[in-house]
Amino acid sequence: MSGLVLEESPTTGDEIITNYTINFGPQHPAAHGVLRMVTELDGEIVTRVDPHIGLLHRGTEKLIEYKTYLQALPYFDRLDYCSPLGMEHSYVLAVEKLLNIAVPERAKYLRTLFAELTRICNHMLNLGSHVMDVGAMTPNLWLFEIREDCLGFFERASGARMHSAWFRPGGVHQDVPQALLDDISAWVDKRLPELFDDAMSLVVDNRIFKQRNVDIAVVSKEDAIKWGFSGPMIRGSGIPWDIRKAQPYDAYDQVEFDIPVGTSGDCYDRFMVRVEEVRQSAKIIKQCFEKMPAGPVLSSDRKVAPPSRGEMKASMEALIHHFKLYTEGFHVPAGEVYVATESPKGEFGVYLVSDGSNKPYRCKIRPTAFSHLQAMDFMTKGHMLPDITAILGAMDIVFGECDR
Amino acid sequence: MTVLHSAPKWTSNEGVLDTLVAALGDKVVAAKEEHGEIVITVVRDSVEDALRLLRDEHEYQQLMEIAGVDYPNRAERFEVVYMLLSLTKNHRILVKVTTDEVATVPTVTTLWPVAGWLEREVYDLYGVLFAGNTDLRRILTDYGFEGHPFRKDFPLTGYQELRYSDEEKRVVYEPVRLAQDLRQFDFTSPWEGADYVLPGDEKAGEGK
Repeated sequence: MSGLVLEESPTTGDEIITNYTINFGPQHPAAHGVLRMVTELDGEIVTRVDPHIGLLHRGTEKLIEYKTYLQALPYFDRLDYCSPLGMEHSYVLAVEKLLNIAVPERAKYLRTLFAELTRICNHMLNLGSHVMDVGAMTPNLWLFEIREDCLGFFERASGARMHSAWFRPGGVHQDVPQALLDDISAWVDKRLPELFDDAMSLVVDNRIFKQRNVDIAVVSKEDAIKWGFSGPMIRGSGIPWDIRKAQPYDAYDQVEFDIPVGTSGDCYDRFMVRVEEVRQSAKIIKQCFEKMPAGPVLSSDRKVAPPSRGEMKASMEALIHHFKLYTEGFHVPAGEVYVATESPKGEFGVYLVSDGSNKPYRCKIRPTAFSHLQAMDFMTKGHMLPDITAILGAMDIVFGECDR
Repeated sequence: MTVLHSAPKWTSNEGVLDTLVAALGDKVVAAKEEHGEIVITVVRDSVEDALRLLRDEHEYQQLMEIAGVDYPNRAERFEVVYMLLSLTKNHRILVKVTTDEVATVPTVTTLWPVAGWLEREVYDLYGVLFAGNTDLRRILTDYGFEGHPFRKDFPLTGYQELRYSDEEKRVVYEPVRLAQDLRQFDFTSPWEGADYVLPGDEKAGEGK
């Protein structure tokens, strides 16, 4: 706390106190990372917030310009480290759009399935930490159990709990064992709803939780549009906009799901939109199991996707393809595309410019948090200092993604 | 070209380009449709009017992103790309302007408040100036950072590095010292137009 300024005041009578400014962060448990917010307070009422971001800026986009298309992929896991596969999704689709290559059916379903699993995984962290930010400890611990299960599934699919690098241009890296699909299926049917409903029963009707969230930071439809909101933030304000539904990619046009929307646009609505999204994701996952065909999971275009190990032992051509792909990489036709998918946090976009070589000329990443955080000032104005944590929690911000 | 990929599918682009080019009139410098993306380049000074027209009369309500791109070989080296989204028409377009280090681009914060930070980012990383943006501070780089790191002529390693100094009990800034050279692998095939002389091939052109 700094800058408490007392103006000249007489020894008797009212003291004149000017607004004072505090630093929220850079290290604050409710900032969900490194966020410094210069907050001007009038008593306990927030009058101005100036978020300072960039403390986690690593120059991802610049680094990507120096890597081949395949080497650039793992950087996306490290953007929003709470939903890594959602980040990869936009990138592989952007590369595929430039290459215009087809993806096998099974790979489409696998990507849809794991993108939804990522959504559940991400929402567990966000819902839990949001609840914790406004004072409750238990639901967070319970929800982390679900998250742990999800990370276990990612590990069994890709070998890594978080930084999977499993979605590849042309499909997914490797097929998953049937046992894993069976386990996920059983988990979605039984364990997920049990644990999730248990944890939510503590929160959604809780008096204290409602007092902290209902009517906090109400965002109108007009504001949500002008401030570039997306994902649960725009749906919380009552606009039924979901890229999965409006502009379907992969297998989203093959599955049925509903889009939850809020009615009043406050923090509680945004929270409840995410709660319902978890249930819808479970529904999508179940449909993926029913509809997923057998078959290859990676494009058979050997100029883009590597051959299998077995093939390499027998075919010289396959060996050459493998060598070329992992040294030179593949060349992408010149052009530019902007591909945005519905990541768990909102519209995550990749603007990819190719000059026809094996490295991206420019890869602009559109983070969800950037535009949401910018709205912090008008959303917090007139609220109390402790509401800041509730508003931040309902925004679902991760700084790996915001700062890139 | 048949669409094989499974990237997001929005409403058909058919006829959109012609309609928008006709509506924008003499503001348009170039327009194309490639890889399923509609890209319209407009005159720099009229970008605000062009975007206002697109927002108010063609239902492109949301500005999702502003991206800077650097092409050092061009006369006007920077491109500023605006990604517009129509929620009602379910459609996306890209609008571009070109600029250089000194020419200013009119701000669009007057149309969308979200443009504030997006323009700050392009300014910070590329040094593009936006006329009328009242808060053009750096946003992603360090306090007191010099230069514009995403320009193509800015080295990947940067110029300054910082560490915590135990003697001075504070973070100190020092010029970058690399323990080994930055490794740049060039794997492009020498048979497909590499622009260097192959090792051992130095005498190849002498006899001619």
